[in-house]
Amino acid sequence: MRISSKQITLLVLLALIAVAPFFFPSSFYYRVGALVFINGLAVVGIVILTGYAGQISLGHAGFAGIGAYACALAPAHLGIHVGLAAILGALISAVIAYLVGRPILRLHGYYLGVASLGFGILVAMVLSNEGQLTGGPDGIAVNDLGLRSVLNDMGLSLTNSEFWYAFSGLTLVVGAWLALNLYNSPTGRAWRALHGSEVAARTVGVDVARLKLQAFVISAVYASIAGSLLALQNRFITPEVAGFMHSIEMVTMAVLGGVGSVLGAIFGAIILTVLPQALTVFAEHEMMVLGLVMMLVMIFMREGVVPTLLRFFRGRGE
Amino acid sequence: MSLLSIEGLSIEFGGVRAVHDVSFNLKAGEIVSVIGPNGAGKTTLFNMISGIYLPGSGKVMLDGEDVTGVAPHLLARRGLSRTFQNLQIFQQMTVLENAIAGYHLKEGGHVLADMLNLPSSRKRAKAATEGAHALLERVGLSRAAEQEAGNLSYGALKRLEIARALALSPRVLLLDEPAAGCNAVETEEIDNLIAEVAREGVAILLVEHDMKLVMRISNHLVVLDHGEKIAEGDPATVSQNPDVIAAYLGTQAEEEASHAHS
Ligand SMILES: Nc1ncnc2c1ncn2[C@@H]1O[C@H](COP(=O)(O)OP(=O)(O)OP(=O)(O)O)[C@@H](O)[C@H]1O
Ligand SMILES: [Mg+2]
Repeated sequence: MRISSKQITLLVLLALIAVAPFFFPSSFYYRVGALVFINGLAVVGIVILTGYAGQISLGHAGFAGIGAYACALAPAHLGIHVGLAAILGALISAVIAYLVGRPILRLHGYYLGVASLGFGILVAMVLSNEGQLTGGPDGIAVNDLGLRSVLNDMGLSLTNSEFWYAFSGLTLVVGAWLALNLYNSPTGRAWRALHGSEVAARTVGVDVARLKLQAFVISAVYASIAGSLLALQNRFITPEVAGFMHSIEMVTMAVLGGVGSVLGAIFGAIILTVLPQALTVFAEHEMMVLGLVMMLVMIFMREGVVPTLLRFFRGRGE
Repeated sequence: MSLLSIEGLSIEFGGVRAVHDVSFNLKAGEIVSVIGPNGAGKTTLFNMISGIYLPGSGKVMLDGEDVTGVAPHLLARRGLSRTFQNLQIFQQMTVLENAIAGYHLKEGGHVLADMLNLPSSRKRAKAATEGAHALLERVGLSRAAEQEAGNLSYGALKRLEIARALALSPRVLLLDEPAAGCNAVETEEIDNLIAEVAREGVAILLVEHDMKLVMRISNHLVVLDHGEKIAEGDPATVSQNPDVIAAYLGTQAEEEASHAHS
């Protein structure tokens, strides 16, 4: 049987999650790993929106903020379990994405970028200004998910950082699987078609406004769940999760790794999460080196690291 | 009864009458060609009929219903499909995927079914893929199916656009210069393909500069010049029309004059 590129991507991802811990110098790296997977999940959402459907958002951290603060606030004010709160956050993000997306997705290119940027800033401002509710800029504590102690009772004992490594890794696998399903589905084709030529997509019957909105809502849910995972893992959250820098980080990771491919997106998340840790040897020049790496990648690998490498190896194989 | 009726269609761009008061009819199985010199307003007319431009005045009637200003994706549902003079190909998709995209209305379902890769989603996609393979065969592009569309020659992409447009099983098909950039053999193939599609009962509106092709396959000609209809009728009559000859000779003279100046 011929294995599809979807299966390859999922196998690579699973292998990565399983094998990486053998190379961890200390248990601290489980935390870095979990962060890679959580970022990866948000970036897979960006791949759907930008890589598939060709729409840009510079405000997706706003949805991460909604997902994160749902975990902090819903248990306290609605009395629901924090896990349910994450799901509620995803639903709220979907509804808000629908309402915000309808008007702004009519815009193209950098107009859409600026409008979505405005949305992200708005969420971040609300989170830091409504201090009585959200705890303001200092942040707010989040309940324990409680899944680890359940697993413990079932005889699977993991340290906290091991648990979050595995849990966020598996969530990423599910998120990647769904995104890969979409790529080769009728919906995914319609997205890629409108990405290629909006006018031609229209003439084959694609309801462009509706499809853009679907991509926006789905990617918002990815960002929201990533935000929830961040809050749950850290047991604490600040408005920075919704901040401008976080939005830019998501897009940068996606573009750097290869915005058209799920594996690329995850690779981008790895680079931009791990590299800053690795570059600490450059001390105060760390950010400069990071910036330089980003520039070089974009100059020499315009499509992103993974698609460029795949093309290179495929070209040599033939 | 005519399937497509154009009634007094007009549009202006910044005071310039790109198309002015153009009317004609198109029946099922008929091939009507719109001819005229460069800039006569042929593509603009197509853009109004296919819902891309909103006409300044006039009406487009499809099967007795007023569809003026109806969005392109809704016209597609009503069986109107088209190709583009300046290629509109999904460059990052394979040739096969471009053709499958033409099946959007038939293969589209619920996004959640697609996301979960449910059997219903796979079934729709499979049917579309099979249809697309058959269409690629028909336009002679089977061997290129897995190639990225961006790598194909201009003539091949023209045929790919026709395949994609046929995937909608249209009742009315608008072809804007389908043979442009094609060699003699390819032109002949396109010629045969168009005639065959018309025989199946599709109403075809054709814009084409290759006069031999136009004269051979059209049932009826509509001649535009400076946005206005200056003549219409069967090919033999129209080609004898002094206004038509003047319009074509006029542009030739203009072109020669501008060549002489440059
Ligand atoms: N979107 C637009 N904005 C402004 N002017 C336009 C627009 N579209 C077309 N025009 C003008 O309308 C006129 C008719 O153009 P059109 O493209 O319809 O001609 P055509 O008959 O298709 O010519 P060709 O044979 O070169 O394809 C031209 O003068 C063109 O510049
Ligand atoms: Mg034209």
